[in-house]
This record gives sequence, C-alpha cells and structure tokens, in this order.
Amino acid sequence: MSTIEAAAENAHDAHGHDHDHPSFLAHHFDTPEQQFDSGKLGIWLFLVTEILFFSGMFCAYAIFRMLRPDVFEGCSQFLNTKLGAINTGVLLFSSLTMAWAVRCSQVKQDRGLVGMLAATLSCAMIFLGVKAIEYSHKWEMGLLPAGLYFYDPANPHPESHTNYLFMICLPFMILLGGVVAWLVVSFATKNKFHQQCAMPLTVAAACFFVGIGLGMVLESGDSERATDDHPTHVTESIEQSETMQLISTGENQVLESLATDSNTGIKSELTARQTQLETAGSAIIQEGDEIAGAIISVEENVMTQRKAGVFFSIYYCMTGVHAIHILVGIGFLVWLLVRAVRKDFNPQYFGPVDYVGLYWHLVDLIWIYLFPLLYLIR
Amino acid sequence: MSAGSIPSGDQIKDPGYPTASENYLTNSKGALTWLLTLDHKRIGVMYLIGVMTAFFSAGLLALLIRLHLFRPDGAVFTGPEANNWYNQVFTLHGAIMVFLFIIPSIPAALGNFLVPVMLGAKDVAFPRLNLSSFYLWVFGAIFFVGALMASGLDTGWTFYTPYSTTTDTSVILATSGAFILGFSSIFTGLNFIVTINTMRPPGMTWFRMPLFLWATYATSIIQVLATPVLGITLLLLIAERVMHIGIFDPEFNGDPVTFQHFFWFYSHPAVYIMILPAFGVISDLISVHSHKRIFGYRFIAYSSIAIALLGFLVWGHHMFTAGMGPMTTIIFSALTFTVSVPSAIKVFNWLATMYKGSISLTTPMCFAISFIFLFTIGGLTGLHLGTLATDMHLHDTYFVVAHFHYVMVGGTLVSFLGALFHWWPKMFGKMYSEAGGRLAAVIIFLGFNLTFLPQFVLGSRGMPRRYATYDPEFQTLHQVSTLGTLLLGVGLLVALVVLLRSLFKGERAPANPWGGATLEWQCTSPPPFYNFERPPAVGDPYDFSDIFWDTENERYVTVEPDRKIAPAEQPEPAHAEGTH
Amino acid sequence: MSAHGDSKDGYDFAHPIPVPMLLSVFFALVLLTIITVAQASFDIGSLDIVVVMVIATIKAALVMAFFMHMAYDKPFNVIVFLSSFAFVALFLIFTMSDSKQTSPDFEPVIEETASMEVAATPAAADEAETSEPTAE
Repeated sequence: MSTIEAAAENAHDAHGHDHDHPSFLAHHFDTPEQQFDSGKLGIWLFLVTEILFFSGMFCAYAIFRMLRPDVFEGCSQFLNTKLGAINTGVLLFSSLTMAWAVRCSQVKQDRGLVGMLAATLSCAMIFLGVKAIEYSHKWEMGLLPAGLYFYDPANPHPESHTNYLFMICLPFMILLGGVVAWLVVSFATKNKFHQQCAMPLTVAAACFFVGIGLGMVLESGDSERATDDHPTHVTESIEQSETMQLISTGENQVLESLATDSNTGIKSELTARQTQLETAGSAIIQEGDEIAGAIISVEENVMTQRKAGVFFSIYYCMTGVHAIHILVGIGFLVWLLVRAVRKDFNPQYFGPVDYVGLYWHLVDLIWIYLFPLLYLIR
Repeated sequence: MSAGSIPSGDQIKDPGYPTASENYLTNSKGALTWLLTLDHKRIGVMYLIGVMTAFFSAGLLALLIRLHLFRPDGAVFTGPEANNWYNQVFTLHGAIMVFLFIIPSIPAALGNFLVPVMLGAKDVAFPRLNLSSFYLWVFGAIFFVGALMASGLDTGWTFYTPYSTTTDTSVILATSGAFILGFSSIFTGLNFIVTINTMRPPGMTWFRMPLFLWATYATSIIQVLATPVLGITLLLLIAERVMHIGIFDPEFNGDPVTFQHFFWFYSHPAVYIMILPAFGVISDLISVHSHKRIFGYRFIAYSSIAIALLGFLVWGHHMFTAGMGPMTTIIFSALTFTVSVPSAIKVFNWLATMYKGSISLTTPMCFAISFIFLFTIGGLTGLHLGTLATDMHLHDTYFVVAHFHYVMVGGTLVSFLGALFHWWPKMFGKMYSEAGGRLAAVIIFLGFNLTFLPQFVLGSRGMPRRYATYDPEFQTLHQVSTLGTLLLGVGLLVALVVLLRSLFKGERAPANPWGGATLEWQCTSPPPFYNFERPPAVGDPYDFSDIFWDTENERYVTVEPDRKIAPAEQPEPAHAEGTH
Repeated sequence: MSAHGDSKDGYDFAHPIPVPMLLSVFFALVLLTIITVAQASFDIGSLDIVVVMVIATIKAALVMAFFMHMAYDKPFNVIVFLSSFAFVALFLIFTMSDSKQTSPDFEPVIEETASMEVAATPAAADEAETSEPTAE
C-alpha cells in the first residue's frame, strides 16, 4: 500500500522540486534510484577497504605459513574442527537469512523482514557463543599470542585462577538482562512498538547462550574422544619429523659430494649438521624410555612460545578482528530491526537493508576463507 | 579570447552577488550551525581552519629543528636529554605534517569545498559521513596532541619496528591517532568517488570534468585502496606492543622488514595522495591564468589515474637498504622509473599550455610557476634515489630530506597556497591585495630554495638525516638552510596576513575574478548554500572563448550570443534570487 | 507485489532473488563445507592448500554472485569490488616473495630457551630445548 503511495510520490517528484521529495529521499538526490546507486557504490567501496584491511593479516598468515608449515600443522590440531564447522554453518545460515531479509524488504514483506533480521541476529549471537567457548578454552590452556603464551604440553590444563568463560559471558548476561527488562516494561506499558522490538532482541540475546551450550556439548564430546584422537595426530607429527630428517639426510648427501672440493665452509656446515642430527637423535632416545615421552617431545618442537605463540597471535588477530566485525554487524542489524518494525522500508527505499546485507555477507566471506586456513591444516 | 571589449548586443551571464540569506557563510548563524553542518562548503572551511592550525604548529616544530641545527653541537636543546628532545620534535614535525596537514590539505579542505561545486552537484553523496570524517580528523588530532603531552614520540613518523615496540614513548596513542585519521581519509575518498560517479548533473560527462576532479578521483582511489592497509599495520603494531604477537618483533622471530613492507604499501601511495591533488590544482591554475585551453586534457586526466595505479607498484624503493632480497630491489627500482613517465607528461603539458597563452601573473599563477620549478627539481632528484647504486650512498641522508621536501613542500604546499589564493575569492567573497600575494609567493620561493638546496649538497657529502648534531664541516650549509627557513617563515606569514586582511578590508569579489570556465565560477562568490538552483548548463571546462573582461565592473563575464529563436525558452541570466 | 510489476519511470531498481534460488545456494554452500571438512581427513600432501582454497573460492563466488546480488549488479560495482583482490594479490606476492628471498638470512634467529617452561616443569623444558633441531 505504501509502495503505491511512494511510487506515486516519486512519479510526481520527477517533475517537481525539493519540497516534493518523499521523506526517505535525501535533499541532494534527485531520484530514489540515484540515492540507491550512490549508497550501493559507497558500500562496495567500503567493502573494498575491508578486504584490504584483512589482507594485512592474510599476508602475515601467508608469510609465516610459508616459512614454518610445520608450526601451522602442529598448532592447527589445537583448533576444534567441529566447532569451526558448526560456526561456518551458522554463519552461512545467517547469510541466507540476511539475503532473504533483503528480498523481504524489496517486496514489502514487513513481518518476514523482521523475522529474517531476528534470525540473522540470533545466528550472529550463536556464532559468538561458540567462539567464546573456543577462546576461553584456549586461554585456560595458555594458548595465547606469543608474548603471553604459557602452554605447557606436560601440564596442558593448569589450575586456572580466572574463569575466562564467565568473563566473556558477563557482558552478554547484562545485555540479556537489559533486553528482558525492556520486554517486561514494554508489556507492562502495553507499548506495541517496543514489544515488537524487544521480543526478537530477547530471542537473539538468549541465542548467545544457546551458542555457549552448543559449544560445550561439542567440546565435551570431543574431549571424550580425545584419548583416541591424541595419538593419531601425534603419530602424524612423528612421520612429519621423519620426513624432515629424510630431507636433511638428502641435503647432507649433496653437501658430502660438495665437500670433496675441499670447501671448508661446506665441510664445517656438514659437521655441524651431523652433530645436530646426533644430538637430536640421542635426545629422543635418551628421553624415549617411554613412548609417550618421545611423542610429547616431538610435539613440543612446535608448541613453543616463538613458534606456536606466533600461530596463535595470527589466529587471535584474524578471528578477533572478524569477531569485532560481527559485533559491529550486530549493532547495524539491531538498528535495521527497529526500523523494520517501524515499517521504514519499501521497494523504493530498501538501501540500508541491502548495504548491511552486503557487509554481513563480506563478514561471512572472510570466515569462509578463515575456516579452512586455520582449522583444516593437515 | 578573454581580453577585449564585450561584443555588443549579446547576453551577459553573471550571477551577481549572493544575499545574506543565500550566502553559505551567513545563511544560518551560531556556532552549532557550523559544528553540526552538513554543508560540504562549511565542512571544507572547518577543515581549512584545522589543517592550517596543524600546519602552523608543525611549522613551528620545523623552525625549532632548524634553529637547533644552527650550531654543530645543537643550539636549542641542551642538557643530557637534548638528543631525545630533538628526536621527539622531528618525529612530531613529520607525523603532524604528514597525517594532519599534507594528506588532508588539498583533498579534504579544498576538495570538500570544490568537488560538488565544480561538479554541479548540490552536495557530496554522503553529507553525514563527510561531517563524521571531519570529526574523526579532530579525534585523530587529539590523539596526536595526547601523545605529545603524555611522553612524546621519538620513532619518526614511520613507526619502524623494532624500535617502536621497545621505546618508552607513547607509540600506542600516536598510532591510534593515525589509525583514526586513516578512517577519516578513507571516508573522504569514498565520498568523493561516489559523488563523482553518481552526482554528476546532465551534461557533465567524464571528459567535461575539470582536471582537479580527475586528480581528486585518482587520489580517492588511493585513499580507499591503500589506507586500510595502514590501518591493519598500525593495529598489528599496537598488538605487537601490547602482547608481542611476533609478526614484526624480532624477539619473537618476527621480521621488521615485513613491517616496512606493510607500512610502505600504504605510505608510498600516500605520497601520491599528497601530490596528485596538487597536480589537479596546477592544471586548473595554469589554464585559467594563461587564459588558454589546457594542452592535452586527456593525457593529464589519464596520467593522474596512471600515477595512482603505478603508485602501488613501487613501495619497495623506500627499503633498498633495509635488507630486502636483491631481486626485489631490482624489480622495485625498475618499476620506480615508470612513475616518472606520467609525471613528466603533466609537466610538459603545463608548459605547453603556457606557451603562447596570455599569462596574467596573478598570485595563484606565481605559485603555479614556482610549483613547476620546485616539483621538477623534486622529481628529478627522485631518480637518483630510485637508482640502486646511487641510493646506497644517498639513503637516509639529507639528500632524501631535501628531495621529499621539494616534492611535499615545493609541490604540495606551494600548490595548496596557489589553490587557496585562487579560490579564496570564491570561498569568502573577498579580494586580497595582489601585490601582497605576489610578494608572499616570491619570498616563499626564495626562502624555500635557500632552505633545501643546501640540503642536497649536505646529503651528497654524507650528512645523515635525523641527527641532532653534526661535524663542523657541514656548518656553513646548515646555517644557510636555517636562514632560509626563517625567510620561508616570513613568506608564509606575509601570505597569512594578506589573506586575513582581505577578510576585513578586502573588496567584494565578483563571481568570476580570474576568468575561469569551470562551474564554480558560475555561481556567486561566495556560493549560495544550495550551490545551484537547478542543474547548471555544463560546457567545456577549458573553453575560454566566450569569457570576456568587463572593465567597468572589474570582473570576467560569460557572454552568450543573443538567441532569438525561442524567446520564451531563453535561459535567464541566472540571478540567484532564490525564486521559483 | 512482484519486483517487475510496476516498472515506472525506470525507478524499478529492486531485484529480489527468488526464494528457491536462495535456498539452493545455501545448500550448495553447506555441501561444499562438508566436502572441505571431509577432504581434510585425507592426506593429499601439498595439494591440500590448493584444494582447500579452490573450494573456499567457489563458496565465495556463490556468496558474491547470489547473496550479494553481484550477478545482477552494475558492472562498475563488480569491477570495483573484484579489483580489490588484484591489489591484495599485489601486496601478497611482493611481500611474500621478498620474505622468501631474505628469510634464510635470519630464520630462525632465536631458538627457544627454557624460559617459561622452566617454571612449570623443568624436565619438559629441557626436552624442548634438546630436541629442537629435529624440526629444522
């Protein structure tokens, strides 16, 4: 209904002047289409800046993975693939509902729009909940950026003085409390608009704890299997180190052939390598009275502050900045939701939904790359 | 031609003067109407005041540096902390000049005022974003001042690791400031790209845009593409300081050269953010004050875009001695030379424009001509630095300092002043004293050369940059340079006095004091708050054939042959009376 | 009301994507996610990263083309967005190739010393130190 009005207004506007502008059309634009095109180009350019913003971290990732593939391989085992995969699914689903929301705004389905935005918000919250489980778990183990790293393979679960999960949850509890209070007040005052806003927001805020629960279930399921899991990838690591040794043996042969040319530099290099190999080999044998001891020592090669620490630095930078983008997106989605309840959008004016949608899809896009690059290294 | 009497019987087009209720400066009163304005012209004026303040404070720091170097053992800062003081002063001079003055000077201050008017639009595409980018600039500036107040900053404006991760000075405050300023710059660039793409009135095709707009467009591309990388670099640097993420910090097997790659991927294109708008300004100034069509319009337009794109391929030439691989240095050196091609195209086109033009040596033209001199010197000395063999000797010496000051001060600052004098009548509706303006231009030219020519000699003799003290053999040249700085300061002061005096005692400016053909001269001086009542008739921006000097009223007017075909449809002499 | 119902004065710039298309894109994305997780359990050596990136890029292309309406957008917007990847590539290629060239000179500079681990369990730390070279 309001569509027809808007269309009629616009048809009139084409011949008139500023004072005939429909309310949603800014004074300096001539037509809704010009306004939409400007906004669209603007948001695409903004996404370009986002991509280049993330490119810095992808570059850091690429450099360190190129230089130390073994570190990435070893550390990736500590990222829970199941949680990552679930989060990927959640984000993909939120992308679907967001795209659907854009469709709803374009065809003037106001109730559908509110529903879709609420679904997107809920997915965002679930994502953050699962992320909170992942983060708090790693913080307790000391898998932190290089400067703060204190993971100790012999004692992977040290007595923790701080409950990180609670610290992350606290702001969300306050948020949930606030939204519930808003809901109660809106029911008490019988304010229809506030009720319509507060209800989906309450659901979304509660979804953070759904995410926490989901994360806990999957995490615990994993730790039960951990006893099976642990040795498998450790043997992989052993194979890995064996191949490394093979490679270095190959190199040694080359060096040996070169060393015949009375090249002292290469000779000393060769002796150095042999000593190294002996020390390394003997180290394993000496400590290897128990098989488990040997396994741990191999794993330790990468689980040190200057190796794994850097991996986790990159992990936290990438996922952290991504999570900040999710938080910003949540802010925008709440704004859209309130406007959608107010029925602000129509086929002439759906720009804001579309722009936030594009931003949201970009956040999803970045996760699509982050997931295999961080979680799926074998 | 523009000179000569007005043909009789033709239609004279002149918008006259704005009324107080139309004038964007006076149409609403009170500080809040300025602080919360969405009018691009007022935002431009606020930016102008901001960048001038930043320039003034950073200029004073420069004066301190030069005075300190008057004596080999340092003249200004004394005591055991003298060298630390010197480090902090040159760092803040560089950081404030780069981030708070040069980068926003022409694009943000003049660009905001000019882009929509030149384009024939009512405003930029996103006025609120525009205002917020101004406030981001203010917050960034506050962070910088905060860094100064807290514990200073002594890393140099480049924040190189590992020093920046270990020094005790307030790196985090300053980098947060630069991060915020980066967003201000991104939003300005984004706004201009969208404005130029979608807000053009009917008839304003790409090749009818004034070259200043082409230059602004190219600048905006760089701002949007490069600045985010600075953002993430600074963010990672902050993280490195806070929790040692080990990407740049060698203590955790990070690589400081990686930081330099990250930093210069932004900061080399940023050099073109500084100089490209200046190219645009000079293209317009030379053409208008030579009263002759710009030579090679398309070449100048395309070369702006070419510089913007090539600018992304050459960042490595800042790092030739930083420990890059030998192959990378050779590639970057070779790519560096490609940038000289579009730059040279511009210089030759400007010269060809002046050739056989009827040049009026007005103040803006004086600045434009000195720009060509200074920029050519700056550009050609860049070739020595782009060549690997000579750069090994000249890197981190005063030669580099002189080179980039020739480009940034001799190029950007001089053209900024030229632009300011050129569009001052349009911005504030007042004419300044021509004699005073020319005097300022001459003093600035002389003072500048006196300051920085000796530094080329100093550098090639091996005087390293960023040193608080030096060998006595360099003393004479350093003293000449310091005297030059004082002369430069006097010149800038004269320019400031001339401009400020015009605000109070200047004559009322006509709509078209220089005889320009671009759209901003078609609206009143100063423009009405809505810029254009209806989409303006867009013609060739460099066609001066129908612009004539009106001796009686001391102004240029556009003259149209009287059209007699359809009198009812005849375009009214668009007196901006505000009636429908 | 449908999207193409009342095309007036060229104002009809909304292109709603049909629901079945949205759903099929979503299921394709989920399927690809399952494939990418599944392939991680096979050891395919150095091809690994290539396979993973190809799958991710297909997923990204799906999201861009349909969820982000790129298939129906103005060509200029598409060029703007895609060109950003060219600059990312430029950045990555130059920086990585240089790191590759120079890394043998300093890599790794500092071997782990038994700093933090000593406090927790000295034995484990010693192991870490002595067995370090095997990974090189």
